[in-house]
Amino acid sequence: MPSSIDVRLDRVTKRFHEVVAVDDLSVDVEQGEFFSMLGPSGCGKTTTLRMIGGFEETTAGTIYLGEADVTGLPPFKRDVNTVFQNYALFPHLSVRENVAFGLRRKKVDNAEIDRRVVAMLELVEMPGYESRKPSQLSGGQQQRVALARALINHPKVLLLDEPLGALDLKLRKQMQIELKRIQTEVGITFIYVTHDQEEAMTMSDRIAVMRAGRIEQLGSPEELYERPRTEFVAGFLGVSNLLGGSVVGRDDSFVSVRIADGTVLRAPAELVNGSATVRIGVRPEKLRVTPIVEGAGPTPADGGLNALDGTILDASYIGVSTQYLVKTRDGHRLTVYAQNLETGGAAEALADGHPVRLTWQPQHTFVISVTTLDDGRTPVQTEEGAP
Amino acid sequence: MRSLRRGLAPLLLLLPGGGWLVVFFVVPMAFMLLISLQEGTFDTGYQLTWNFGIYPQVIGQYWELYVRSTSFAVATTLLTLAVGYPVAYTIAFHGGRLKNALLLLVVLPFFVSFVIRTLNWRMILSDNGMVFGTLKDAGLLDQNFHFLATPASVIFGLTYNFLPFMILPLYVAIEKIDRRLIEAATDLYASRAQAFWRVTFLLSLPGVVAGSLLTFIPSVGDFITAEVIGAGNPQVFMVGNIIQRKFLDSLDYPAAAALAFVLVAGVMLLVSVYTRLVGSDRLAG
Repeated sequence: MPSSIDVRLDRVTKRFHEVVAVDDLSVDVEQGEFFSMLGPSGCGKTTTLRMIGGFEETTAGTIYLGEADVTGLPPFKRDVNTVFQNYALFPHLSVRENVAFGLRRKKVDNAEIDRRVVAMLELVEMPGYESRKPSQLSGGQQQRVALARALINHPKVLLLDEPLGALDLKLRKQMQIELKRIQTEVGITFIYVTHDQEEAMTMSDRIAVMRAGRIEQLGSPEELYERPRTEFVAGFLGVSNLLGGSVVGRDDSFVSVRIADGTVLRAPAELVNGSATVRIGVRPEKLRVTPIVEGAGPTPADGGLNALDGTILDASYIGVSTQYLVKTRDGHRLTVYAQNLETGGAAEALADGHPVRLTWQPQHTFVISVTTLDDGRTPVQTEEGAP
Repeated sequence: MRSLRRGLAPLLLLLPGGGWLVVFFVVPMAFMLLISLQEGTFDTGYQLTWNFGIYPQVIGQYWELYVRSTSFAVATTLLTLAVGYPVAYTIAFHGGRLKNALLLLVVLPFFVSFVIRTLNWRMILSDNGMVFGTLKDAGLLDQNFHFLATPASVIFGLTYNFLPFMILPLYVAIEKIDRRLIEAATDLYASRAQAFWRVTFLLSLPGVVAGSLLTFIPSVGDFITAEVIGAGNPQVFMVGNIIQRKFLDSLDYPAAAALAFVLVAGVMLLVSVYTRLVGSDRLAG
């Protein structure tokens, strides 16, 4: 049971004319949590964030901050602060005045403001930059100032709208670690919007994967990655190998699923909700490739591992791992990431066209129900939802 | 050779405009300066006598007109700012698809001659014209009320005439303000009024400065409005009216040239003080 809820959205809907941007969304964000909303552009994540910040009015539903209903309140009456996409630093004000802006509006006295500005710039590792103008700072520095400007007010909740989107990859990685450090240090609830799954996975305690104005799946990064419940989630959080099949047996912990080529694979029983037709999947790094030696006959699947035969279509060596594309007997293409633990010999055996057996542990199998939206709508297959 | 040509390029680009200014501004100004230092009459001819005494003489005689011109122009600038800012703001932030149509409406008066528009205002605002005549007939206004030929009427006319020069630079300045900055201000506990004054208005200052220069400078030297709407009342004459009369009626060229020179010098002084105060870097944004 969550100890305390910082933000609660209760059946929130946002409609722009005919377009439903956020569709009957309910979610609780716990106090001190790093909560991410992840999804492709147009999934409603930014609109949701803007409704929490007070920049968009809700069409229906209620937003609570702590105990208080803030649904109709303007931004300046909400105890939240925002780090905007592209930072939105005031170009006519110095770094000091940008960071002090919120405290000045709250009529905090000058000595206290000076003290807190200095401390905050230290926290974001920008000491001594007080007199610079935003135009004299690099993207990463502006990012830090934007963060300081929001955090100095000690808001109940900090909203971050793709704050790292404008930075280059290296800086982005560095800032991800920074952000997590700062969040842990200040203990403020972060609600983070991003379309970058890796970014969300690195920092978040929980992630809401959004699509077409709804939450497709909500859970910890590990849960979402290891046990995606929909094809969309499976595909959005990395590469997934999906196979259709029907349930043919069940014991205490596993169900047996027969896939199109006749192979029977096992999947954790708690993931199957009783439907006879299912899609099962497995992540590429969970698969182990073993060459099938001609004439030796197929080795029996040992130790209760799932086994699936196929042939190598393509192998590409990418340093830490080798990436294989394997074609199953019924024509499915599966991706395998094999760690390069050894060098030499093995690579030769797995040349294109070589027959192989893929094995993995049944508990690494995830199960996707055939209908993915809980109201029975057939999911739209495009990447882009409503604008 | 290449680098030489590259070094010359900016000079070549400046040449047409710069040449124009030299031929049609600097040279005539030099002539004017020489004329102001001449003595004589139109009939007997003027001789250059380096008569610098003309300057204290015209300033002593007409200083009140300079004060009046300046105060009319300041009032005009403030009024155009007060009236023009909401217009520019609304077009820039809420114009939507009508933006261009609304901007066209702002400049539409330019399609009709300045003098004709001013003459029309004289008719509209005359004592028994369509506005005050109607109000008088309805008993809402005293029969003796008159507006034409008052300082207020001249300021009104100037404000009307130079309003677009305020609105256009304001529009350009406001339009390029990132709306997220205003959101950021309200996010940081600024009320809408505080967000306006601390962010929108401060960021639109380049437009305010440009607009006020573009209205102040032409209105301080204007003579048509005071002539037409001022209905020739010497009590509302501006410096321009005296300069025009001296040049065209009394043919006192030296005094007219000296008056004009004092005006130019005064305007330059005021403008430099003003831009120094507001910060001339605002002009560049």
